[in-house]
Amino acid sequence: MTTLLDVQNVSKRFTMGGIFGRKTIDAVMDASFSLSSENPEIFTIIGESGSGKTTLARMILGLEDPTEGDILFRGEQVDRHAGRAERLKFMSHVQPVFQNPFEAFNPLKQIERYLESTARRFLDTSDKAAIDKAMDDSLQKVGLSLKEVRGRFPHEMSGGQLQRCAIARALIPNPPLLIADEPVSMVDASLRMSIVNLLKSLRDDLKVSVIYITHDLATAYYISNRIIIMQRGRIVEMGDARTVLENPEHAYSRLLKASVLSTDDAGAGKLGTDPTMLDQANNSVGRAGELVARPDGRHVRVYA
Amino acid sequence: MTQENDIILQVEGLKAYYQMNYFGVNREVRAVDDITMTMRKNEVYGIAGESSSGKTSFIKVLAAAIRPPLRVVEGTVKYNFKNGPIDVTTASPEQIETVRWKHLSYIMQGSMSVLNPVRRIGRTFQDFAQRPLGLTGKAFEDRVVKHLARLNLPADVLKAYPHELSGGMRQRVTIGLATVCHPEFIIADEPTTALDVVVQKEVLSLIRDIQKEMGASVVFVTHDMSVHANVADRVGIIYAGRLVEEGPTRQMFFTPKHPYTAHLVASLPRIGDTQQRPALEGRPPNLADPPQGCRFHPRCPLAVDKCRKEVPPMIEVAPGQRSACWRWEDVKPLVNIAAPAGAMA
Ligand SMILES: Nc1ncnc2c1ncn2[C@@H]1O[C@H](COP(=O)(O)OP(=O)(O)O)[C@@H](O)[C@H]1O
Ligand SMILES: Nc1ncnc2c1ncn2[C@@H]1O[C@H](COP(=O)(O)OP(=O)(O)O)[C@@H](O)[C@H]1O
Ligand SMILES: [Mg+2]
Ligand SMILES: [Mg+2]
Repeated sequence: MTTLLDVQNVSKRFTMGGIFGRKTIDAVMDASFSLSSENPEIFTIIGESGSGKTTLARMILGLEDPTEGDILFRGEQVDRHAGRAERLKFMSHVQPVFQNPFEAFNPLKQIERYLESTARRFLDTSDKAAIDKAMDDSLQKVGLSLKEVRGRFPHEMSGGQLQRCAIARALIPNPPLLIADEPVSMVDASLRMSIVNLLKSLRDDLKVSVIYITHDLATAYYISNRIIIMQRGRIVEMGDARTVLENPEHAYSRLLKASVLSTDDAGAGKLGTDPTMLDQANNSVGRAGELVARPDGRHVRVYA
Repeated sequence: MTQENDIILQVEGLKAYYQMNYFGVNREVRAVDDITMTMRKNEVYGIAGESSSGKTSFIKVLAAAIRPPLRVVEGTVKYNFKNGPIDVTTASPEQIETVRWKHLSYIMQGSMSVLNPVRRIGRTFQDFAQRPLGLTGKAFEDRVVKHLARLNLPADVLKAYPHELSGGMRQRVTIGLATVCHPEFIIADEPTTALDVVVQKEVLSLIRDIQKEMGASVVFVTHDMSVHANVADRVGIIYAGRLVEEGPTRQMFFTPKHPYTAHLVASLPRIGDTQQRPALEGRPPNLADPPQGCRFHPRCPLAVDKCRKEVPPMIEVAPGQRSACWRWEDVKPLVNIAAPAGAMA
């Protein structure tokens, strides 16, 4: 078995002046996990805002240096400072998906321009026919075609189509790994499902691994193989997604699940959160603890 | 039951279109197309609908934030404020200034759009609230600090720049801005969409508490039906620029009388789902060229010939519940959401 991505004891500390006199922020602390090349999976990162999800993603994409630890892609160190050719080669393997389909596209720019510039860069050609073919191939993978997209502006397409175009753009260099940072946070339920179904089919049909960052527990349960739950920079629980979400063990994981709004009591105006649950979850903030393995295969952070 | 003086907002036959000219070609996007609705004092009215259905366009008109290319083509939007009635579709900018923030306030989609990135939060509060409140110096600051405390924000945030705050704090700051003048009417566009579930719940209960304390009316827009289920007194559903159903929250979830509402309620993914929920075929129509008759007919499982030809009127189908569907009597809830199959403790 070979490793596609290996994140080894990675930490990221930002230094800055803050209003509360805080000078450093530990955005990510000692994160480790790995993805295998043979078993493409949807690997989900879930957690409160500010828990370090985007920072972790940016380090994997080589957009940010870890302060400590190593990130290896197919055995090679991800290096932000590599030469242009090497960097381009890496980026053809690991591609980001933009967050909000309605903001990702400039309203005055035809959609195909985005795909075109990506194709030109990765194919390193200006041959029109080759570029068109690459665009059409990746649009086909998301259920669209160049014919449908050509000449159209963002307002002429639905949100679902736009998000598909954003994913098609990322697929142009045929990457084995996609990093989708909250691709569904801003969209409605039916659009959300069509996007996660697309991610699922990329995994099942094209063998693409996906790091799926979200705070939507329902879609996480629906498509993920494994999940990590992050709180304030630390992984607090990690394991098989359904095992963890059906029966979360860490206090923060339990709070997360309990905070999902239900429609069972629609109209009753129930918005309270159990204060002891909040206290227990807050209690672990700032404590290192230790990730320990459980018999069911999950890892949970426990405190002495 | 409803008395005349109980009504704070009356929208009648409102049409607002984006009228544009792209390279010599005129285009018209009918984002709000004939909406009629009424709101009572002290109620939270939730507006739901999928992306691009016209929710933001509608409330931009309600908020008197109408800028080209968006234009009001027909209809009226009348408020009955304490300082007198006003129709924001015809009022002058000066008249609108007299109600802004003090009577009518607006929490825009995306907290960063109202917070100036190079201005400290305290300065933004001055810009927004000093004039409507008619306070200066220490008195003004005391008022703001007291209000922030109510939102669990330390006075220190006034010295901060927006980027120094977490998303949840920023969102509480924008709620603070919108509520510091104790307005009678608050319009909120997706105020919690970018937040994680824990912070979302906290911010929602804050909005609800403040609303109750002040006795304000709130229009709450989100595509997320689970938020409406827990926040709104009444819910209105927008499809392709039109209000297709409205009613008390509980009725909308348990006895919807429009097939689109039934679909929205049933399609909400839940933890425990291992299979996709039934999805609608097709996609929402292009608002530059909407279909004839009922706009939902191309995707509607109940559509008959009449639906393709005639626009169904909004009619009362149950106490307080209105639906625009020729076949409302045949609409059944798609799933029994009170007892979900995959429910877990
Ligand atoms: N460039 C940066 N400089 C300083 N602090 C940062 C920077 N980027 C992120 N942070 C901080 O790091 C923490 C984690 O942020 P982020 O990774 O964006 O979290 P998430 O994506 O989970 O919301 C936050 O406290 C954030 O304010
Ligand atoms: N500035 C604009 N110019 C042209 N069309 C617009 C503009 N803003 C929104 N639209 C169009 O108006 C319709 C309704 O959009 P919007 O009100 O933003 O919907 P929602 O808030 O429900 O997602 C969409 O078709 C959208 O593309
Ligand atoms: Mg993030
Ligand atoms: Mg909107």
